[in-house]
Amino acid sequence: MQFVRGLVLAIAVICASLPSLAHADEAGLRALLTRLATTTNFQETESVVRDLAATGEPAVERILSALADGNLYVRKSDQGVFTGKEDGQTLSLSDPLDGTAAGTAAKADIVKVKVNNALRRTIRDVMGGLTLGSADPTVRLSAASTMLKRPDKTALPALDAAIAGETDATVKAALAQARAAAVLVSDLGEAEKRAAIAVLANRGDSDALAQLTAFQAASTGALAETAARSVAQIETSMAAWQVAQNVWYGISLGSVLLLAAIGLAITFGVMGVINMAHGEMVMLGAYTTFVVQQAIRAFAPDLFDWSLAIALPAAFLVAGGVGLAIERGMIRFLYGRPLETLLATWGVSLILQQAVRTIFGPTNQEVGAPSWMAGAFQLGQLTITWSRLWIVLFCLAVFLLLVFIMKRTSWGLRMRAVTQNRRMAASMGIRTPWVDAFTFALGSGIAGIAGVALSQIDNVSPNFGQGYIIDSFMVVVFGGVGNLWGTFIGAMTLGVLNKFLEPYAGAVLGKILVLVLIILFIQKRPRGLFALKGRAVEA
Amino acid sequence: MIARRLFSSDRRIAVTIATLLAAAVIVPVLNLAVPAESAFHVPSYVVALAGKYLCYALLALALDLVWGYCGILSLGHGAFFALGGYAMGMYLMRQIGARGVYGNPDLPDFMVFLNWKELPWYWLGFDHFWFAALMVMAVPGLLAFVFGWFAFRSRVTGVYLSIITQAMTYALLLAFFRNDMGFGGNNGLTDFKDILGFSVQASETRSALFAASAVALALGVLVTWLVVGSKYGKLLMAVRDAESRTRFLGWRAENVKLFAFTLSAMMAGIAGAFYVPQVGIINPGEFDPANSIEVVIWTAVGGRGTIVGPIVGAIAVNAAKSWFTGALPELWLFALGGLFIASTLFLPRGIVGLWDRWQQMRATRAVPAEGKAAARTEPQPAE
Amino acid sequence: MRGHFANWTAAAMAGIVGAGLSLASPSAAADDTIKVGVLHSLSGTMAISETTLKDTMLFLIEEQNKKGGLLGKKLEAVVVDPASDWPLFAEKARQLIEQDKVAAVFGCWTSSSRKSVLPVFEELNSLLFYPVQYEGEESQRNVFYTGAAPNQQAIPAVDYLMNEEGVQRWVLAGTDYVYPQTTNKILQAYLQSKGVAAEDIMVNYTPFGHSDWQTIVSDIKKFGSTGKKTAVVSTINGDANVPFYKELGNQGIKAEDIPVVAFSVGEEELAGLDTAPLVGHLAAWNYFQSVDSPANAEFISAWKGYTKNDKRVTNDPMEAHVIGFNMWLKAVEKAGTTDPDAVIDAIVGVSVPNLSGGFSTMMPNHHITKPVLIGEIQADGQFETVWQTAGLVVGDEWSDYLPDSKDLIADWRAPMSCGNFNVATGKCGGKGTTN
Repeated sequence: MQFVRGLVLAIAVICASLPSLAHADEAGLRALLTRLATTTNFQETESVVRDLAATGEPAVERILSALADGNLYVRKSDQGVFTGKEDGQTLSLSDPLDGTAAGTAAKADIVKVKVNNALRRTIRDVMGGLTLGSADPTVRLSAASTMLKRPDKTALPALDAAIAGETDATVKAALAQARAAAVLVSDLGEAEKRAAIAVLANRGDSDALAQLTAFQAASTGALAETAARSVAQIETSMAAWQVAQNVWYGISLGSVLLLAAIGLAITFGVMGVINMAHGEMVMLGAYTTFVVQQAIRAFAPDLFDWSLAIALPAAFLVAGGVGLAIERGMIRFLYGRPLETLLATWGVSLILQQAVRTIFGPTNQEVGAPSWMAGAFQLGQLTITWSRLWIVLFCLAVFLLLVFIMKRTSWGLRMRAVTQNRRMAASMGIRTPWVDAFTFALGSGIAGIAGVALSQIDNVSPNFGQGYIIDSFMVVVFGGVGNLWGTFIGAMTLGVLNKFLEPYAGAVLGKILVLVLIILFIQKRPRGLFALKGRAVEA
Repeated sequence: MIARRLFSSDRRIAVTIATLLAAAVIVPVLNLAVPAESAFHVPSYVVALAGKYLCYALLALALDLVWGYCGILSLGHGAFFALGGYAMGMYLMRQIGARGVYGNPDLPDFMVFLNWKELPWYWLGFDHFWFAALMVMAVPGLLAFVFGWFAFRSRVTGVYLSIITQAMTYALLLAFFRNDMGFGGNNGLTDFKDILGFSVQASETRSALFAASAVALALGVLVTWLVVGSKYGKLLMAVRDAESRTRFLGWRAENVKLFAFTLSAMMAGIAGAFYVPQVGIINPGEFDPANSIEVVIWTAVGGRGTIVGPIVGAIAVNAAKSWFTGALPELWLFALGGLFIASTLFLPRGIVGLWDRWQQMRATRAVPAEGKAAARTEPQPAE
Repeated sequence: MRGHFANWTAAAMAGIVGAGLSLASPSAAADDTIKVGVLHSLSGTMAISETTLKDTMLFLIEEQNKKGGLLGKKLEAVVVDPASDWPLFAEKARQLIEQDKVAAVFGCWTSSSRKSVLPVFEELNSLLFYPVQYEGEESQRNVFYTGAAPNQQAIPAVDYLMNEEGVQRWVLAGTDYVYPQTTNKILQAYLQSKGVAAEDIMVNYTPFGHSDWQTIVSDIKKFGSTGKKTAVVSTINGDANVPFYKELGNQGIKAEDIPVVAFSVGEEELAGLDTAPLVGHLAAWNYFQSVDSPANAEFISAWKGYTKNDKRVTNDPMEAHVIGFNMWLKAVEKAGTTDPDAVIDAIVGVSVPNLSGGFSTMMPNHHITKPVLIGEIQADGQFETVWQTAGLVVGDEWSDYLPDSKDLIADWRAPMSCGNFNVATGKCGGKGTTN
């Protein structure tokens, strides 16, 4: 097997350098393809895959990637093998070798060539060899990282050739690291291996660590010691990164908490309404995102990457509108009786949950991620996922916008005036009922846009809001009711605290500890982190 | 003497107690002695259900003592209820003895299949009913005492207090969910066999438990009434209405609150203890913050700051829930949610307040002078 | 004065008892129907999974009525909502049996809800068909377990990963529930019996509804980077799965590197996810919607017709209800009555077609025989079977890998009629130190 792979690589390199040799043996490929139609288990399919790869033909890449993606089909009538593209109830078939269209077929008339993880892995490995000479540097890079993870001493010549011909610096470094990993499993001399250890130690991530640990276990003497030193060195640096990682996770959890709580900081913090329906406003935002995405999928699939941007104003309007209706229809009769708003909004929350359940059904709805939110990137040894990064940024933007509205606009001034001294504000000519209504609508609307962001990381189901309501209240109370910055600091503190406790105490105990700490903290500062001062507080 | 005071001064309380005591006798008789075909027969199902309502009523009454009379809105009373329930559940678990599925006389089933080797120390003593009965009051009481001692001393009030009581019950929910705690994890304690040597499944035992719940509730009403009517009760309401002023007059407001909070937690614990053998299971779901909020809602619907209100509210809301979940399984949340909104908007003083107003109107129409005297009003809480 | 007092008393009495009694109004339906209770949460946290099962039961009952009902009578469904509230499950079970006089109840999802209703079914001697995979360690006379026991799901899945994928290092991740705890105990014992070292097993528990998976996913990533092939065995409960898989996808953990095999993730759960980044992650069930059999194709098209929704998926617990319902029908016909004792005697040995093309049989331990399928997630949200057991697997209620239950068996046929017979001591009643 090792030999075959080495051979493949060697051939691949030669093929890449001598394109004129391609298209040599179409008949041979066709014969191999027909074998795919008759395989009965994964082992047989695997052997065909290896034989295909051994031909070294560029067309094999197309076949294998179709197979790995599960797009290779066998027509029941004549055992012909095709690549298929789903098109409603039928599939449009095309020839796997040259890609020419070959008509359509009903789903019942064809069988998919089955693949499993092991097979996909094999395909990726052999394609790694095939794609080492690819024109696309990202493909070459992924080939190099595959080869780093599964080093193979027979691949050394191919790697050497690839390194020699490589022009892209990043890819070249990755190839050198892949080569170093291969050197460690080869029979080369000590000096070579020592150099290889240094290369890997320089890389310093978990992949390098895995190779070095394995090497250390397998070797003896001075080399093992060098490897052990490098392992220790990598582990130290990774421990430092671990702290950074926890901080990042904490900030990211904190911004989720902040997003969930920020609307509540207005309806509860500023207005004093114990708004138990707050979670449902977040849920409405998430469902609005779902509806917007459905509409986009149906009418303008090209706009999908913009779906969240389109959903934001929609969610603000929907949740804000519902909030306005709640305020006008119910809460305005309850000012001065804050505890009773708890009961009434609890009723609203039950009704909204059931309404969503009746309309959309009780199951989770799929909210897709636009392409710019998928995946992750590396920052040093940190893996930062795009979705989390965007949520943190989005959360900051929302928060700053809100602070701006409250502190710098005349509308915000009125809002603060009414909540601090209603009668005085009214006598200054402020129309307090309208300010109340719009403040509540603003808080609800912001909860709605939080729902758009949270739909990216959580279930969109009728229970969506319930998961956030308790945490939101904790954040607002911890930070100090009526203080936006308190909410901000509160959310971030709780997020980071939680993430630092989690590795030691476990997720369950960590959460319990955070709750106990909140209880103790409130004893110390009975009005939260940033307490409002003055007479208004006692009212 | 108490009886005379009851009948002379507070007819409504007397009626409530009399009703409960009458129900404690009549319902079991109608269940056990009257043949099933008779129109007067009360099915066992109804006995169990009514018994459950009475436990909820006692819980709501306990909450009303602190919320209605002392102004402490606890969003964590479900925790005291559940702790009392767990104490009783642990006694019932020990009574199973070797009749569990593994036939292990020393360990409850859930410990056997999670490979526990010996009974944790905190389970010791629960073989004895007297110990469990003590713990039913002591554990919630102690928790409330410690919690209240810190919170009231630090002058945590209003919504901050409400939220940390919620944090308390939420933390307990998570803790009891953990299998490592030794309380059966999410499945909780169940599969009970005997209580005091009687099978919990026998209809005689059910009737007896119902009667005991009714008597417990009657006692709860009596105790609450005595507390509220005493000099201490005046103090309680003074703290509720103007805490700073009471403090300036030289009273230790935190001690006043602490006593009420602890007493209330013990009442809630007793309610939980009667609840568990009747429903046959106790699990961490009882700690759910949503349950505690529901208790607040029962109290508000019935009429807070009255003794009868929480009882009426708990029974009415739960009966409505039982009926709705069977009759309108798809739509009942609309009905229940609507009920909460409507009662907040239109019945600010609950069902009891409505009744009072109706009485008042009828009385003023009939005999204005006497009507005013008859329609006594309970002191109304201020926000 | 006295008269007034009496009025008060009467009114208040009516309040307490009447509240209960009004519920007890005998239902109007005559005796010409056979009632079937459906006890699934339609609100609260479990509604997400259980509502579909309620629909399934209504669908099955309607279909059966089209075929002429049972014993010449029409079937009538009695639906109640226990609202994901465990004590309410017990109350509703009692209502169904005592008041509505149902012949059998199909219901429950979580173990807590089953544990809550067990004493009720025992006391009132009725039948419960429980359709969900569970931790085992139970066999009750009145309950029929049509979902998988651990040996019908967890152990074959681990075998597959060990043999086909060459996995050497294991992460057992679960919600801190009794089901994951027990299953992981069994799996740990099983893995160690296969020679897996203790340091190659990582066990991790998370709270119910956990939504922030960043730390745990990165821990898994780290645990899997030692060079040994690593897999995650997930017993994470329904709701927490979506954020878990989203985090996996985002952190770039591909199934080829660290496959995740789940026991609680089915078609219904995947319906809320973009599955493209999850292709290749696994699930072990006894049924997949993608199973290629005529019975399944017929069922799916009938189900889609009934729900008038072309996107509705089918899943394993639904199939369990299909099997359970058909077994009950057959047993009632065999017994000629719906009397629970007669049905309990008649149902053991009853065999009905399952949807994957074979037959499932009710065993004396009240568990059923099932094929075990391992499927990989596809981009369209379906599973593709990559492996299945050669024959049917009998549900093993008492695990062979737990020291206290390996000697126990259940057999509800006369004369043994025991749920915890100890083969070592030859006595009914667990360890047998008493009795």
